[in-house]
Order: sequence, then C-alpha cells, then structure tokens
Amino acid sequence: MLIKVLLLAAIALVVVLGMRAPSGARHLAMRRMALAGFALFAALSVVFPDAWNEAAGVVGVGRGTDLLLYGLIIAFLLSLVTMYRRHREMERRLTLLARRLAIDEAIGRFPPTAPAPPAPTAPPTPPTTTGDDRA
Amino acid sequence: MRNTDACLVVPLYNEATVVHDVVAAARATFPTVVVVDDGSSDDSAARAEAAGAIVVQHPINLGQGAALQTGIEVALRLPGIRYVVTFDADGQHQVADAEAMVARLRAGEADVVFGSRFLDDRTRPGALKRLVLRAAIAYTNLTTGVRLTDAHNGLRAFTREAAARLDVKQNRMAHASEIVEQVGRSGVRLVEHPVHILYTDYSRSKGQSVLNAINILTELLYR
Repeated sequence: MLIKVLLLAAIALVVVLGMRAPSGARHLAMRRMALAGFALFAALSVVFPDAWNEAAGVVGVGRGTDLLLYGLIIAFLLSLVTMYRRHREMERRLTLLARRLAIDEAIGRFPPTAPAPPAPTAPPTPPTTTGDDRA
Repeated sequence: MRNTDACLVVPLYNEATVVHDVVAAARATFPTVVVVDDGSSDDSAARAEAAGAIVVQHPINLGQGAALQTGIEVALRLPGIRYVVTFDADGQHQVADAEAMVARLRAGEADVVFGSRFLDDRTRPGALKRLVLRAAIAYTNLTTGVRLTDAHNGLRAFTREAAARLDVKQNRMAHASEIVEQVGRSGVRLVEHPVHILYTDYSRSKGQSVLNAINILTELLYR
C-alpha cells in the first residue's frame, strides 16, 4: 500500500514540476545532482543487489525487480517532462531568431519602412527586447 | 474614408487559393496590409505580394501566434500607423467589421477591440464547435480575469500603444488566450464588437479540429 502513495506522489510531483518555469542555474544544479544521485544509485544496486528486495519488502512490493521498474517509470516520466520544457525553450529562441531574420529581410525589400518613422510619431521601440528572459 | 493610419496584420500559411482576393478586398479599405508568410510551401507569399501586401517571410514555419507577433512588430515600424488590426487570411473575416472596430478605437471608446461571434446571431458554428468554443471562453474568463463572449476570434483591433505592449510567446494555437491574458493584465480599455465569421466550405475544410482544444490547454499549462 505504501508504494501506491509513494508512486502517486512522485507522478504528481513530476506533472506539477513541468508546469513551473525553470529557474536557470538552480534548475541546472538540481538536474545535475539528480543525475549524480542516479549514477550512485545504479552503482549501489550493482554492489548490493539484495538491497532492492529488502526495500521492496518495506514499501509493500513483491520483488526488488518490480520496485526497480516502478522507479524507472518515474525517472522516465521526469525525463520526458524535462525534455519537453527544454524543447519549448529552444523553440522560443528559434522563434526570436527567425523573426529577426524575417523582419530584417523585409525591411531590405521594402525601403519605405527602412528610414526611421518621420517626426509625428515618436520613435517607437518595438517590443523586441525579450532576448535574454531566462537564458 | 481611407484608413491610412491603420495596418492590417494577416498571418498566412498555405492559403494560395484565397489570399490574393482577401488582400485585394482588404486593401480597398485598408491600404496598408502586412502579410506574414509563415513558411508556406505553396506560392501564397507571391500572391499576397501581387495583391499589394507588404510580405514578411518566416524562414521556417513557426505557427500563427509567432506570425502575429512578427506582423505586429513590423506594423509598429511603419510610419504613421496608429492602429493595428489582426485579420485572417482565409476570408472568414469581414473588412467592414474591421473598419467598424477601428472606428471605435478612433472614437476613443477603447484601446483594444476584440471581435466576437456571439454578440449577435449572424454566425452559426456547428453544435460541437459551439460547445468547445464555450468551454474555451469559460476557461479564458476564469484564468485571465477578463469577461469576454468569444475567446478565439482572430479579428482584433489595437491602438498603437496597446499593440506595443503585446509579446506573444505562444507560437501555436494558444496565442489567442495569451493575447486576452496580456491585454487583461496591461489594464488597457477593452470592448467587444459583434463580427460575422463566414464559415465557407473552404474555411471549414481548413478549419481547426475541435481536438485542438487539447493542444491549446496543454500549451497553456506547460508553457
């Protein structure tokens, strides 16, 4: 029974983590710590294979291999969410790059837009200053 | 009256069959039309240009939201533009509606005018589409604190100042909700204007599947 609570909590955590905006360096550090922890976990599993069976007994799962599988599923889900987030961020940068290219090229082709707008309308600063929001 | 101080922003993606007529018809009222070709694989861009539009071409397909933001930024760079109108390329919007919306801005009634299909009964979407649109409206009203009767209408008119405050980050379909949210948050004066959406066979065949509601919700939750 304990395992059900643990797994559901872990899944909920992963889903909610995905919605939060990643916070740069802190996020990166956490990801790296998780990776190091994962490697350590793997090494310990090799050295103490029986530990999984004991841990499985504690949380109410039949065999250690089952527990291992459950853990892997959670890790996979976390990895999917992280990848999705990074993909969105990459897409955001690609958008800014493509937009800049498109506007520069259009201004070259339509000279009337090239000179700064004449006096009546004050020089507008287009909202293109979103370059480094969370680089 | 010639609306020389207004600029139509038209996102364009593979609409070669209709875009020339749409741009030509619009230019009778709005001489300045900025068409953002979002990486079309047909000759949409050439046809829009032939109809007299200022064509900006995304080097790759980015999505309608991205095209709108690009178009708005270009419009704001054009000299003498006081009003920016977003308009669809597939011919489902009426130029007369756009003109009436700009007139309301010009009268100083508001800073942003959103078109709404549901303020009168001219527009008749199918039952399922109606249900999904209603759900979208409820969701948008709930999350943005703005009370609207239509959440995903592509016909909108902005004053220059209101348009400059927009920063559409949702490249794909969720941009409509995002625009409502940003307008709501920026605290500008907002009104709705009844518009007629022409559901022709052509627009229906190009139309958004109602399954898109799932995509929109996902994109809004996982930004």
